[in-house]
Amino acid sequence: MRADLHDAGSGTNSGFDNSCRLDIICIRMNLTSADGWQGLSKYPFLEGPLFGRQSVIRYAKPTTVDEALDLLGEGAWRILAGGTDFYPAQGSKPFRDNVLDINGLAELRGTVETDSHWVIGARTTWTDIVRHPLPPAFDALKQAAREVGSAQIQNVASVAGNLCNASPAADGVPGLLILDAEVELRSAAATRYLPLQDFILGNRRTALQPGEMITAIRVPKPAASGTSAFVKLGARRYLVISIAMVAARLVVDNGIVTEAAVAVGSCSAVAKRLASVEAALRGLPADHRLAAAAQAAPMGELAPIADVRGSAEYRLDAVREIVARAVLMAAGQMTGDKVAA
Amino acid sequence: MIDRADIAFEVNGAAISVNVPPLRRLSSVLRDELRLTGTKVGCDAGDCGACTVLVDGDPVCACLMSAASASGTAVTTVEGLANGRLSALQASFLAHGAAQCGICTPALLVAATALLEKKPNPTETEVQDALGGILCRCTGYRKIIAAVMDASLQAASLDFRLPQSGQAIGSSPIRLDGVPKVTGGEKFGGDSFPADALAVLVVRSPHYHASFAFGDLDSWAKHHPGVAGVFTAADIPGKNCFGVIGPFADQPALATGFARLRGEAVALVAGEREAILDLDLSDFPVRWTELPHVLQPCDAQASGAKLIHDNRPANLLTSGFVERGDPEAALAGAAVTVSGAIDTSYVEHAYIEPEAGYAYMEGDTLVVVACTQAPYMDRDDTAKVLGLAVDKVRIVPTATGGGFGSKLDVSLQPLIGLVALKTGRPAALAYTRNESMISTTKRHPAEMKATIGADADGHVTGMIFAGDFNTGAYASWGPTVANRVPVHASGPYATPNYRAEGRAIHTHGPISGAFRGFGVPQATIMQETLYDELAGKLGMDRLDFRLRNCLRNGSETVTGQRLDSGVGIAECLESLQSHWARATADVDAFNSANTEKKRGVGIASCWYGCGNTSLPNPSTIRVGVVASGDIILHQGAVDIGQGSNTVITQICADALGLPLEKFRLKSADTAITPDAGKTSASRQTFVTGKAAEKAGHALREKILRFANVSEKAFLQLDGSAIVIREGEATRRIDLTTLDVDADGFVFRAEETYDPPTLPLDAKGQGKPYAVYGYGAQIAELEVDLKLGTVKLIKITAAHDVGKAINPLLVEGQIEGGIAQGIGMALMEEYIPGRTENLHDYLIPTIGDVPPIETILIEVPDPEGPFGAKGLGEHVLIPTAPAILNAIRHATGVLVTKVPATPTRILAAIREKEARL
Repeated sequence: MRADLHDAGSGTNSGFDNSCRLDIICIRMNLTSADGWQGLSKYPFLEGPLFGRQSVIRYAKPTTVDEALDLLGEGAWRILAGGTDFYPAQGSKPFRDNVLDINGLAELRGTVETDSHWVIGARTTWTDIVRHPLPPAFDALKQAAREVGSAQIQNVASVAGNLCNASPAADGVPGLLILDAEVELRSAAATRYLPLQDFILGNRRTALQPGEMITAIRVPKPAASGTSAFVKLGARRYLVISIAMVAARLVVDNGIVTEAAVAVGSCSAVAKRLASVEAALRGLPADHRLAAAAQAAPMGELAPIADVRGSAEYRLDAVREIVARAVLMAAGQMTGDKVAA
Repeated sequence: MIDRADIAFEVNGAAISVNVPPLRRLSSVLRDELRLTGTKVGCDAGDCGACTVLVDGDPVCACLMSAASASGTAVTTVEGLANGRLSALQASFLAHGAAQCGICTPALLVAATALLEKKPNPTETEVQDALGGILCRCTGYRKIIAAVMDASLQAASLDFRLPQSGQAIGSSPIRLDGVPKVTGGEKFGGDSFPADALAVLVVRSPHYHASFAFGDLDSWAKHHPGVAGVFTAADIPGKNCFGVIGPFADQPALATGFARLRGEAVALVAGEREAILDLDLSDFPVRWTELPHVLQPCDAQASGAKLIHDNRPANLLTSGFVERGDPEAALAGAAVTVSGAIDTSYVEHAYIEPEAGYAYMEGDTLVVVACTQAPYMDRDDTAKVLGLAVDKVRIVPTATGGGFGSKLDVSLQPLIGLVALKTGRPAALAYTRNESMISTTKRHPAEMKATIGADADGHVTGMIFAGDFNTGAYASWGPTVANRVPVHASGPYATPNYRAEGRAIHTHGPISGAFRGFGVPQATIMQETLYDELAGKLGMDRLDFRLRNCLRNGSETVTGQRLDSGVGIAECLESLQSHWARATADVDAFNSANTEKKRGVGIASCWYGCGNTSLPNPSTIRVGVVASGDIILHQGAVDIGQGSNTVITQICADALGLPLEKFRLKSADTAITPDAGKTSASRQTFVTGKAAEKAGHALREKILRFANVSEKAFLQLDGSAIVIREGEATRRIDLTTLDVDADGFVFRAEETYDPPTLPLDAKGQGKPYAVYGYGAQIAELEVDLKLGTVKLIKITAAHDVGKAINPLLVEGQIEGGIAQGIGMALMEEYIPGRTENLHDYLIPTIGDVPPIETILIEVPDPEGPFGAKGLGEHVLIPTAPAILNAIRHATGVLVTKVPATPTRILAAIREKEARL
């Protein structure tokens, strides 16, 4: 009965249900009890498995990524990172899934600069992002980081979790889209890289394959140039799921926009880059006229729905305005007045 | 189920180790294993922040952290903030009155402590940023901000500001129940469960309307080890029908055969705590057959609509009616008339403490320890459902983490009572946030229409009002709303010709009940927005128009009640005149310089009758002196944060003539304390306060008579003696030499007060209330015309409270009521099935409440204790209409469906642009 109510609560919500700060990675496969025992024998750090009345449930907290990937290869696990959506999704229901706790993977936390990329470890928290010195192109991401849930959420919620949860209202996604971010997906067998827009497939759907987990988010160095800004539109000041949000990054050379990246969240099943807006901005003087150019461009990528936070018409109307404001802010033509009421 | 593990970490500086499943929430480990119940659980989802603790110095939600993740860390909870004495921040919270009910206080203190470590003198924005993730429903946040900003100024020791004898009234001592609220020591409904209590789960309807049948419950129970029993309506020994208003009682504790609302309880599962934690109810043997449902009053009233209760034709629960003069003729003859319609939404109380409590048998008496606003009503309804004599049920109220009306109705009391009665074991239950939201009452959605007319001089001549209130599946307080609205829909204005009807209509929606104002906040939106339109048509200043029409001493109300004295609405409006002029000038200056954002200023008034409408609602207060020289006050007015523990004591102290510091309070436990009525209807300061005044006087009288002195004598307690001085003479009564009665008293008094009211006749004429309170508020705000968002700039609130018994607590009520009014105006819309949590249902955060300037007006009421009037509900009423009026001032558009969300505001702006 509790399950019914919980499911009905989100399932009948026609909107972008739930939050922008989720961090579970859920892989569903069949698991036999024999697999469970094998897993245990290989990893003495395991606290499980246990054979409960209804099902076999394993809990594992590996300390190296290789161990984690080996475990992932063995069967179906829910991955626990920051927990800020793991627990809300669980509600008061009993645990029935195997849980791979990746909080022992120290190597997955933190941001490093390589020759070619900025590499954000999967477990890096939003507070880590805010505190880490990064180029101005990351300002939008940092501003978004401060809007992910609350300070308490930001202190533990992971960047990768925000992506894996694949909420249309994920605050972290537009700021990464404008950085041409890609996700590093590892399994015991292989490592692959997917552009972020190819990783998030739809509302709560990702390209994550069985046995895989995100180990990092990578931003190619060329995309880490220019200046950026993030604008969030919500119905209250703090702790609010976005009605719409925009991240914009501009590279300005001699007063002319040479590169533009604009991404919108909460106005389509997956956050989108706005190609026509970006094209309209390129080559323009980086002054207040950018706003009109951005507003006049087609935004065909967007297909907002109506939900408890706002109507589709409202979103289409308001998003034009906040696109313009984010562009102006990125160009240094406007200060970051909080949009949220 | 996952195996347990030993997990070691540090809590408040002490190394601890617990053996728990590694995925157990840290909040549960702290509360259930370590019994550190200062960390609260409000939602288990990170939406309220009540469980905030510091992990290695950083705030986190303990409900979102696994025990495994806490391993090796240093955790700080509220219990770790005081180091032998209160921290400066804790003291500052008390000094500022920043804790009301106290349920969110531990989290705020913990998060603010982390901020102050880094920034000892934070700015307002820094405080807001640090505390933005913690919801408070009582205070309106402003005193919290001040307490944190001023923490560095707080003196090392807290001055409790306890007043001298005879000086209690009008002073603002630290609230008498304050210290446990800042130390984490306060015990709310879920904070003292016995370790051996059975845990109880409630099986609820997932459908708005459905029939159901159970399968083999016994077999199911047997197959689930640890389940002690399953209970259904068939197990209920008494009358399975409760309700706050006897003649309308219609709600089963456990539904029989079919459910009338989503979330209705149909069965209970009780078992050992760990077994219940691991119990999956998805195989519970119940088969549902969904039935057609109606959620809108218009559908419920359509011809041929199925009846939700067979005995209520047309799904009409009841209606209220007030008529005076000839409204049609008055409107026909008016120089100007205005008409309009306003719709409002379900509003959720969203107290941060979900319903919680436990029950156990003490001999043949059932004891229920739970949060509540109305212990005696809980006792009577629980006894009725369980087939017990009322003296075999004892209600022990815990601290209550906010109520605002919803905790007037029983919720879990008969459920845990049934389990305790049937099993003989203690039974404990804390509602989940979802369970609390789907199963308990809401503010009535209203669909209102009204027409108001005025003469050419700007005097209102007539008004007609009709309002349909969606009362949901069961009666609850629907009749009260239907009756209160017609009495109040005129606002505090002389309205010689008037007709108002309020109808409570059943649907399969959430049960609408009591919520701060009983329908009057909704009706006031209708009336006050029309008043702005009338002023506009008349070319009058909006404040002047209200002053011209407001009730005065000697006025008659729409129920024909002559108000001889104590009418303070004019004083409230007059006190706002200078603010109005300043705000209007500010707005004009801003608007002449801005095009994309426009500012507006709005005003609205309120009046509200204190206590039950034309019905008895007595309070009894017992107070006495014990041989040790303490004064024992049986303070039965449940303090849900508003401050009755302090206010009632202040009144009693000055009536008695002895100092506050000598008082010891006994709680509203029905076994030990007389009935002081429900904490509702803004009645406690007035009604229980009056009983406390009478009891204080009576006790004084007894002592004086014993000492054989006149009433001019001064009393003083000196150890176990009372010293009585009159002129040069001094008498000393050694209390230890006096006879002690069964309750331990050497002197005692008990007095009852019931406000003098008269019934309303068929036309709603009569004297429904003995005392009214008044107020008016100005809202200043800025609208982003491109986005439809509203930024509040300032609220100025003038409230006539008769006499501010405790000015700090009055301010706290005003600020908290305004915050709820802001929510109602701008963001709160409960939609069953869609907003059953605190991230889809939005209440104001610390960043949503602007500075509030409070102006206390004291026009004494001859009936109230020391002239005092009630104010708890009044303070919310003007806020939403003032905001809507200010939005119209800024934009030229009135939003006619609240909340005025960005979507609705922008749509109204676009519609206006299209018309031009």
